[in-house]
Amino acid sequence: MLVDKVQEVFNEPGCATNLGKSEKERKKGCTKALKPGAAAGGCAFDGAKIALQPIADAAHLVHGPIACEGNSWDNRGSKSSHSQLYRTGFTTDLSELDVIHGAEKKLFKAIKEIVLKYDPPAVFVYQTCVPALIGDDVEAVCKFAADKLGKPIIPVNAPGFVGSKNLGNKLAGETLLDHVIGTREPEVTTPYDINIIGEYNLAGEFWLVKPLLDKMGVRILSMISGDGKYNEVATAHRAKVNMLVCSQALINIARKMEERYGIPYFEGSFYGVSDMSDTLRNIANLLVERGAPTDLITRTEAIIREEEARAWRRLAPYKERLAGKRVLLFTGGVKSWSMVSALEGAGLEIIGTSVKKSTKEDKERIKKMKGEEFHMWEELKPSDIARMLRDSEADIMLSGGRSQFIALKAKVPWLDVNQERHVGFAGYDGIVALVEEIDKTLGNPIWRQVRSAAPWE
Amino acid sequence: MREPAMFKAHQSNKAATINPLKMSQPLGGALALLGIDNCLPCFHGSQGCTAFGLVLMVRHFREAIPLQTTAMDQVQTILGGYDNLEAAVLTMYERNKPEVIGVCTTGLTETKGEDMRGALATFRKRHPEVSDNCHLVFVNTPDFTGGLEDGFANTVTAIIDGMVTPSEMTVSNRVNVLAGSHLTPGDVEEIRDLIEGFGLTAVILPDLSTSLGGRQPDDFKATTLGGVTAKEIQGMGASVLTLALGEHMRKPAEALERKTGVPFLLFDRLVGLEAADRFIKALADVSGQPVPARVRRQREHLVDGMLDGHFYFSRKRVAVALEPDLLAAYCGFLQDMGCEVTAAVAPTQSPALEKIKAWSLLVGDHEDFETLSHGSDLVISNSHARQSVDRLGTPLVRAGFPTFDRLGAGHRVVVGYRGTRDLLFELGNIFLANDHEHASHDWKHDPKMEDHHGGPHAAA
Repeated sequence: MLVDKVQEVFNEPGCATNLGKSEKERKKGCTKALKPGAAAGGCAFDGAKIALQPIADAAHLVHGPIACEGNSWDNRGSKSSHSQLYRTGFTTDLSELDVIHGAEKKLFKAIKEIVLKYDPPAVFVYQTCVPALIGDDVEAVCKFAADKLGKPIIPVNAPGFVGSKNLGNKLAGETLLDHVIGTREPEVTTPYDINIIGEYNLAGEFWLVKPLLDKMGVRILSMISGDGKYNEVATAHRAKVNMLVCSQALINIARKMEERYGIPYFEGSFYGVSDMSDTLRNIANLLVERGAPTDLITRTEAIIREEEARAWRRLAPYKERLAGKRVLLFTGGVKSWSMVSALEGAGLEIIGTSVKKSTKEDKERIKKMKGEEFHMWEELKPSDIARMLRDSEADIMLSGGRSQFIALKAKVPWLDVNQERHVGFAGYDGIVALVEEIDKTLGNPIWRQVRSAAPWE
Repeated sequence: MREPAMFKAHQSNKAATINPLKMSQPLGGALALLGIDNCLPCFHGSQGCTAFGLVLMVRHFREAIPLQTTAMDQVQTILGGYDNLEAAVLTMYERNKPEVIGVCTTGLTETKGEDMRGALATFRKRHPEVSDNCHLVFVNTPDFTGGLEDGFANTVTAIIDGMVTPSEMTVSNRVNVLAGSHLTPGDVEEIRDLIEGFGLTAVILPDLSTSLGGRQPDDFKATTLGGVTAKEIQGMGASVLTLALGEHMRKPAEALERKTGVPFLLFDRLVGLEAADRFIKALADVSGQPVPARVRRQREHLVDGMLDGHFYFSRKRVAVALEPDLLAAYCGFLQDMGCEVTAAVAPTQSPALEKIKAWSLLVGDHEDFETLSHGSDLVISNSHARQSVDRLGTPLVRAGFPTFDRLGAGHRVVVGYRGTRDLLFELGNIFLANDHEHASHDWKHDPKMEDHHGGPHAAA
């Protein structure tokens, strides 16, 4: 039952925020009750799709009316090095008649058409609000289709109205645990096999990291899910170590894989010089703990030394220009604190960050780094940000696309650090790219021009 | 050359829609409401319904988009959504004090069956302090019927029904314009210029040119900034004539005529010499003014452009997939220039499709469109065609909604003499650039080529 699944996700013991709650609070769930007329953000379906769609060779079929897929397909920057099928929009596009008569048959037909036309290794079928309301049993249809067509047809039961995007991420994780992970055996295993969980390869930025792992001799058994391959995800249970990237989103996968398969995990980040190094170090140490030869650690330390030196060398020229420039970070979670040290290393001053999506540990860590005085906003209203920018409290805002106009309309430089960006910020090269982007934006000659009034005013 | 067929659009009958061309009704509704000043549109559905629509519009217009949600969850949906609807309207009113609040239903609330008329009456009774100070427009726009254009038209009709009041007097130089969803803010700006050139003033519903053309607000605002005002809408009954632009504006125009007695003229398109002529002639007739010298020059320039450019258009094969009225406008213009429309694909049925002459006319998706576009010289569609044209190797001119991977989507102007001229040059330059530079081996005799259209020249 979906209700039980949702409750199970709410009880996630791996989640730090959750652990700090009473039994009663936990039952209420992670998401604050949404205020009608003053809410923003995606739904559970959105979250589930974000988490799974980067599995690039699978077909992702949305069972619902046109709004769910028609208004949203091909809208994220996850990149694939192999199949491009994940960028194809599939939907049952329910009509009024479907709503009246039920659309289970149509769903089966749609799955069949897709399998015949595209022959994907698997089809993910996303339940949405309307068919959930009329009682279409997506799980039964998927099971039937899998039997008939001889392919994994996987129900993703996260209709939008069950909750937030974050809940949808977690329900997607449950889907992988229930239906995908552990369903295939890898051809070979090595002592260096890891899974990367919660990395979506936005702007292809994981490719800035992968060469380092290659150099260490680490093998990525599966990517969950950026640049992912379905059959590799299915073998994920044979990895030696799991790395969890976006800590809030898919923690249930990492924790349950530890429980079920004894695979230890650590939370890491690819953003920022020192975080990147910690990540490589953690991977090496954990692999050695699980039986990999110890020279992995020496090899890794050598790579870190070389890469760090190179990164700081490349960041140095920016220091003079960027010294004292104030940055307002307005973005969810991990990315914020991960970037802080690197930005400061390049001479920038961080005046504050939003911590809406950050975990308790994240916040502690920011406090340790920045002291108690540092601004951490739980909830920052657009009008407050606009005022801060107008009062020149910041020289640049880093945020996601939806809030860009708060900065741009205030004629303040802005940089996209979320999903729609076209530049990768991961790894040592990525952080240099980020600082380069900030420098380009701040140094652009338009700012003086657009800020001055028309000559007749 | 094949004779272009004229027939009713076939409906693609696949179970799986692949690479959707269609967008939802409420999205069109929101677009219409965004052309009203100091307005706050809202979707009555799950918060995801709003988030998807919002993101798509932000990417297209590159503007902040005010769009709220009643944030329905599972339990509330089953129990009925009035409570959330009421709470949302109250919150929006208290926080932002808009002059107009527009609420569009979604598939979620329509499946349960939401009586929006009843809800509006109940709300008015319970909260006169809000409904006396703020215009409320509630519209049924289920996701599972129609598409963006239908939602836009239904919402314009609802705005007219809910806000326009009949007028005793007439303002002799005032006209109404019902500007369909196929017009960009730039198109609307051009249309206003043309109308004002005749000494007329225009009340444009909705007016995206003043709200989504790229504003520089003094302060952050959570409602629309710019657009037609509530007061102007209320006074539409005092105009002498309504210019309904686009076939889907017929119903709103009829509603306006029923309510106020203001007659309307319908212009199915404003792209192309003769289409623009009809519009300009109508403006001259209603104003009694001569056609301004500037407009006469613009006409001359277009005629000249057609003479210079027609070489490159003749029998070129063009495939077009757009919302019905924009599809009809582009296909009509291409035919005017001697092109052959190989495929015309619309996301939804519409009377506008009946006028389209094309080798294939289909209600379908981008997958159907891709199949039908093989062998075309040019593809015209929204940004969602970008994957298909990569596979086809055909140039793509981006038009319509959404255009999220190019700048200036809101300022693409194709209406009137000037807009048509620019479109002609844009398309003509693509044909010109892709025309084959001949070399001697092109003239080798190839018997297989004899049946091919245009012979070796076209096949090269």
